[in-house]
Amino acid sequence: MATIYIDNKPYEVNPDDNLLQACLSLGFNIPYFCWHPAMGSVGACRQCAVKQFKDENDTKGKIIMACMTPAADGTRISIDDPEAKTFRASVIEWLMLNHPHDCPVCDEGGECHLQDMTVMTGHAYRRTRFRKRTYRNQDLGPFINHEMNRCIQCYRCVRYYRDYAGGRDLNVFSVHDHVYFGRAHDGTLENEFSGNLVEVCPTGVFTDKTLARHYTRKWDLQDAPSICIHCGVGCNTSPRARYGMLRRIVNRFHFDINGYFLCDRGRFGYEFVNSERRIGSIRPSVPQRQVIEDIASVIKNGRKVIGIGSPRASLEANFALRMLVGADRFFSGVRAEESLPVAKVAELLRRSPCPIASVHDIEVSDAVLVLGEDLINTAPRLALAVRQSVRRKSMETAARMNIPAWHDYAVRTLAQDERSPLVIATPYETALDEIASESYRGAPEDLARLGYAIACAIDPQAPRVEGLGREEAELAERIAGILKGANRPAVIFGTGCRNAALIEAGANVALALARTHPDPERVRLALTVPECNSAGLALMEAKDLDAAFEAARSGADAIIVLENDLYRRSAVQQVDEFLRAARTVVLDSLENETTAKAETILPAGTFAESEGTLVNSEGRAQRYFKVMPPRQGVLESWRWLREIAIAAGRLNEDSWRSLDAVIAAIEAELPQFQEISKAAPAASFRIAGQKIPRQLHRYSGRTAMMADITVHEPAPPRDPDSALAFSMEGYQGPPPAGLASFFWAPGWNSYQAVNKYQSEIGGPLRGGPAGSRLGEGKRTDDISYSSRIPEPFRSRDGKVFVVPAFRIFGSEELSMHAPGIAARAEKPFLEVNPSDAEKLGISAEQEVALTFGAVSRSLAIRMNPSLPPGVAALPAGLPESAGIPVPAWARITGR
Amino acid sequence: MAETPLTQRIRPDGEPPGIAEYERTGGYQAVRKALRDMTSAAVIEEVKQSNLRGRGGAGFPTGMKWSFVPMGPEPPQPKYLVCNADEMEPGTFKDRVLLEGDPHELIEGMILASYAIQASVGYIFLRDEYRLAARRIEKALDEARAKNYLGVNILGTGYNLEIYLHLSAGRYICGEETALLNALEGKRANPRAKPPFPQISGLWGKPTIVQNVETLCNIPHIINNGAAWFRGLSRSKDGGTKLYGASGNVNRPGIWELPMGTSLREILEEHAGGMLDGYRFRGVIPGGASTDFLVEEHLDIAMDFDSVQRAGSRLGTGTMIVLDDRTCPVGMVLNLEHFFAQESCGWCTPCREGLPWIEKMLTAIEEGRGTLQDLEILQQQCLLLGPGLTFCALAPGAVEPLQSALKYFRSDFERHVSDGRCPWR
Repeated sequence: MATIYIDNKPYEVNPDDNLLQACLSLGFNIPYFCWHPAMGSVGACRQCAVKQFKDENDTKGKIIMACMTPAADGTRISIDDPEAKTFRASVIEWLMLNHPHDCPVCDEGGECHLQDMTVMTGHAYRRTRFRKRTYRNQDLGPFINHEMNRCIQCYRCVRYYRDYAGGRDLNVFSVHDHVYFGRAHDGTLENEFSGNLVEVCPTGVFTDKTLARHYTRKWDLQDAPSICIHCGVGCNTSPRARYGMLRRIVNRFHFDINGYFLCDRGRFGYEFVNSERRIGSIRPSVPQRQVIEDIASVIKNGRKVIGIGSPRASLEANFALRMLVGADRFFSGVRAEESLPVAKVAELLRRSPCPIASVHDIEVSDAVLVLGEDLINTAPRLALAVRQSVRRKSMETAARMNIPAWHDYAVRTLAQDERSPLVIATPYETALDEIASESYRGAPEDLARLGYAIACAIDPQAPRVEGLGREEAELAERIAGILKGANRPAVIFGTGCRNAALIEAGANVALALARTHPDPERVRLALTVPECNSAGLALMEAKDLDAAFEAARSGADAIIVLENDLYRRSAVQQVDEFLRAARTVVLDSLENETTAKAETILPAGTFAESEGTLVNSEGRAQRYFKVMPPRQGVLESWRWLREIAIAAGRLNEDSWRSLDAVIAAIEAELPQFQEISKAAPAASFRIAGQKIPRQLHRYSGRTAMMADITVHEPAPPRDPDSALAFSMEGYQGPPPAGLASFFWAPGWNSYQAVNKYQSEIGGPLRGGPAGSRLGEGKRTDDISYSSRIPEPFRSRDGKVFVVPAFRIFGSEELSMHAPGIAARAEKPFLEVNPSDAEKLGISAEQEVALTFGAVSRSLAIRMNPSLPPGVAALPAGLPESAGIPVPAWARITGR
Repeated sequence: MAETPLTQRIRPDGEPPGIAEYERTGGYQAVRKALRDMTSAAVIEEVKQSNLRGRGGAGFPTGMKWSFVPMGPEPPQPKYLVCNADEMEPGTFKDRVLLEGDPHELIEGMILASYAIQASVGYIFLRDEYRLAARRIEKALDEARAKNYLGVNILGTGYNLEIYLHLSAGRYICGEETALLNALEGKRANPRAKPPFPQISGLWGKPTIVQNVETLCNIPHIINNGAAWFRGLSRSKDGGTKLYGASGNVNRPGIWELPMGTSLREILEEHAGGMLDGYRFRGVIPGGASTDFLVEEHLDIAMDFDSVQRAGSRLGTGTMIVLDDRTCPVGMVLNLEHFFAQESCGWCTPCREGLPWIEKMLTAIEEGRGTLQDLEILQQQCLLLGPGLTFCALAPGAVEPLQSALKYFRSDFERHVSDGRCPWR
């Protein structure tokens, strides 16, 4: 710790910080623009000027930029110095020379950092009488609006987009006061993390285009802490609603997971909640009581009911179904191709050779091996973390030269393109290959063999891979050397290839590192899973969908499907046969192929209208909360199942009145979920006897917003399931991290108010951890090496081995109902190696028939020279590929 | 007649000496001497002792700058020497004389400087418009390579150096040494924050020295004749001669190599031949556009770094622009501020936004639309764009002529406002 003096008072600060960070951490208000906690300092905007004094006798001092000055021991500064204040106000005056004076009608107004900083500096009167500069705006695609006239040239957008996220198509053009931030031409921003520009931009140049279509002021939005449901990483989000419509997603800072940034699927996928395909009532239309009695009667009579769970439904909903139908008739709802590798992941979450990595752990890893994952498409936020990991080496180089890590351009200048090692071993080239130090292409079996070989090269005790080619053996030695030489090595693998051997191979690498590394606690493994609760469902250890099909063949009286479109999981004929086997009840929120076949549909609340717990790919249980109450007739899935259970006599009337009771039941029955109640404060949690409001204290229109229906102000909906209130009333201070949704502090109306909620700038939110790591992701000692080394891949004549190719925009079911995401989804192609194409006599763009046993699909061909011969890649989860259980061998026939 | 080492080979017809003539008149002897008989530390020491200060405008002691470069047995490699030949300061044309008139002198200076810091690569970053200089430099580089003054194992000494000519894309800011380095790297020519200084982390993050043309041209003479001789050339404690220049309504605008510390009066009256008939001297910008005006009372000051500083201005490039009584000072300053506003790189707020605002106010004043509040704001802007407040020295330099014009010619500004027109139109 260092002692610095601010306006003559001593304070303890971290000497590795710059003065701006240090002062903000201490709670001082210093205005800033170009500095960003995740991106460091560049000294461009000159807004954070303070006065520095040489010693206590220096009365003159000189103005310095707080962001560019280390918080070195003994530093003396004044924030209140009149000259510094004048200069800070002048910076705003300069910025305001050209900034539109239209805050009241500007769509950033009320959540604008520039607005806040303007007020903070006290600049209030306009002294210029000259005309303002104007720009031409660009169409940047379905997610982002562009309004360059608002730009204050802080350079954050390009620094984020290019330097942090690796994008190329946004840049700074022109010079002097004509500097322009945009693309060379109009067009969709290509980077998968473009949405963060909305929060990175300190004013309204880049705004959320999806919000603009149903615009509502920040303070009129009702929000709740939530978890992104569009992949298994479990980023924390703050969805916001008004008039029963979900309006936008804002990032909810979580130190270990998403930090300041979300991917575009997570930020813009929410519009499915407002989809016209939402199911709003029981179908066919029957009174609720009657339908419940009806379903209950089947169960009550002791007949055979099959329950199909879902990796996109909460633990509570899955558990409720399991309770209703009985553990032995509860099935996971995914095919063996997926459930086997997911089960392997779940096994590691319980017993791991080294600590399981959080996203943040990956960011600070100094050597990363990605085994079999196209991360940008299977766990996007993790890919962004890997991009940061390769910068570790430059940080070390800078530290040796006494250049602080926050001195962003100095670090980049010094290090140039020096990168920490990153090894990508995948079936085809991925977006991260451009920053990789080693790339390897192979069929999943060969990737697994490489993994086994790396493990053996690290630790000779690990099983040897027989018959490995010389090139592969040398590569394995090289990679082993890289990982062994690292201070914080990490291995990333998971279910992307749908190959269980690959996961065992990855675990072997992690174990070999843990056994040989001088500090095993520094070794990390990171996992990926297919969906938001794949890990949670796998930990429930249900049998898979194949077993459910089998069970139905031996006779069933009813099938209850929970939030699961089985036609995405399995071939049409199989699912048709299954659903025909018995009366089918489907609980879901959106119409799909499965609901179309259901005899009864029970309308379920989406994540925005229900509470529940999800387990992410690092084994962290996290709670999401209702952003808005479900519409009349819609219930959370677990409540439907509770109602049926009571009617069937499986539960008594008093049971499971709130979510906490369900959680308690889960913890009591399944020890692996022992910690899930700690994921967030219980519904009984109060601060000063008060609940936490979902609405900002400035929320307007409460007494009037329903007046067109009735002039009597309705009572706010009750929420027995959480400590949150559907109200602007309640405890007004910062709540504990697990309940914090919006960030606001006096004078801080933009997202930057998160500063005021962190234990230190850029550090975890105050008020304890958000989420609860099941088993705490700790290392287990008594793990042994797997020796199930697969045979090398051999191509087959006339056939290709089809592996799934996931797409950030397209492969996930729900987000595809958001128009913006659908617009970003590309046409699906079957990708093949040109040599295979030649052998098969097919050419690019040609339509071919792809035949898997009895299933056949028609697809266009695209050449992908990075694919190993004999291996083809099929975009997963798109309508064209739904129901094909890949990986599998297939025959290609030209047309 | 005082010695004029820098310009001794410059011929009246402007044709530069070829390598044979250059060698015949003692050229490349310094390279032979230094590479064969001197350690790099000895070269640095000699330059230190010479009191040579950088001729680009800032006047930083050259030898001291070189001594910051990491040496030792395992220094970061490669190291770079960059010649800043991006002469774009308005009113300044001294480097051009050297570049066009004696390119081998620069190359020899660069070899010596590179040897001193053990750089293996040199760049000449040349202003794009200096096409004639470019051709002559390229030719001279070829000649030097052919004679093994450049290349591998120079003159059998084991020292390797290659020098490349790079033509700037043409921005004033490229003259700022760190912006120049970014431009060389193919990036936007925005300056870099210091520290770290280029000596530690410069071109491509490696130790780099950036020196002005005139500075480098002095080095061969220092090595040949010694530091004491060099100090003796000067009339002040800054060593050597200096290229002084004058433009404006004087009888003989031009460039002269004179002892450092020659008085302003001597330069203007004896060498520039005094004012043209019918023109009265009102003031002078002594060192390129980004320096403060000096007026009548300053004519007897010595034109060296410290003396000009004491008079409230800067020696800068030593090439002066003379203001006469038939030229509107507001118009002159407006012209300069237009240049600076346009040449701002757009990186930091005060420069990017403040300079265009200044230009707009000056335009209004010059066109008779000015107000007294404009004058007040202009005065404030001069302080707010001062050293340390902006990211680099462009804006502080840009307000120097303005702040001194407001001081010395205030009544002219006020008359523009009160009369509602420019009195000179």
